[in-house]
Amino acid sequence: MSDDLFRYVLRLADDHLILGQRLGEWCGKAPSLEEDLALANIGLDCLGQARALYAYAGKIEGKGRDEDDLAFLRPEREYCNALLVEQPNRDFAWAIARQFYFSAFMLPFWRAMAKSTDDDLRAIAAKAEKEVAYHLRHSAEWVIRLGDGTEESRRRMIEALEELFIYTGELFEMDAVAHAMVSEGVGVEATDLRDEWRRTVDGVLAEAHLTAPEAAYDQSGGREGRHTEHLGHLLSELQYMQRAYPGLEW
Amino acid sequence: MTETTPLWEVFIRARNGLNHKHAGSLHAADAELALQAARDVYTRRGEGQSIWVVRSSDIVASDPQDKDMMFEPTATKIYRHPTFYEIPDEVGNM
Repeated sequence: MSDDLFRYVLRLADDHLILGQRLGEWCGKAPSLEEDLALANIGLDCLGQARALYAYAGKIEGKGRDEDDLAFLRPEREYCNALLVEQPNRDFAWAIARQFYFSAFMLPFWRAMAKSTDDDLRAIAAKAEKEVAYHLRHSAEWVIRLGDGTEESRRRMIEALEELFIYTGELFEMDAVAHAMVSEGVGVEATDLRDEWRRTVDGVLAEAHLTAPEAAYDQSGGREGRHTEHLGHLLSELQYMQRAYPGLEW
Repeated sequence: MTETTPLWEVFIRARNGLNHKHAGSLHAADAELALQAARDVYTRRGEGQSIWVVRSSDIVASDPQDKDMMFEPTATKIYRHPTFYEIPDEVGNM
């Protein structure tokens, strides 16, 4: 039980740390000052959620690892985030598509998690739900404006939505860990969220005058630590300070 | 940049019962994005309960060159300030 719970919470924590790092990469480089702050705000929300989840994961594990140990001192193969969140910021449309797909999943996820039998997860879910509602609104408005914008913004939005679509199926995956958590009343039955996710995505894309992509196949492996080539580069930057100066505090 | 994203003025109400106060300005493509940008730029530290955004071009402003005509005449009308009343000691600070 506690092994499964540790793993389950760690996956969620990794999703949010890695996505937060990707969003942080926009700091100082976003298309406008306003969007620079917006992306950083969303990134900081993700980081806050990751911190709460890591702290809880460390407590469950009971080996004295704290949030920093879990965030900074594991090798790539031990990260179990979904592949979607590690995908790079090829352009602004990619950042928006990634956020939109993820937030459209996380909103019903946290709502369902708010009914968990686990006190800590319930508390984290209650706080995260409000944050994610805004992430979804913000990213959806950009999908609509880029999709229904200029010829170039439309082309880039379509490309990002299509390229990233193969990573969305993994969000709904249920393996032994997830099933165990659902049967304990702790976890969320992710497959149940698929219809709502699809409705959200289709609705926004229709407003953007885009057609929703279909995935020829689903790319997966992140939950088992098999990542795309992008995560290693992200981690080398994320972990640099702790690797170069072990135990550094500031 | 400014063609597609015009300037908006942002007004924030900090608490119930207070007025919306001018907080600053920002660039945004339309009203919804202006509202979201105002939230992200001006209410990050819990400053707000409510936001108004207004297109800067929709604001009608007085001409700085008219300032003598507009405002100078009031400088001599000190009787408009409520400074001639005697306040009884029992009232204390007002």
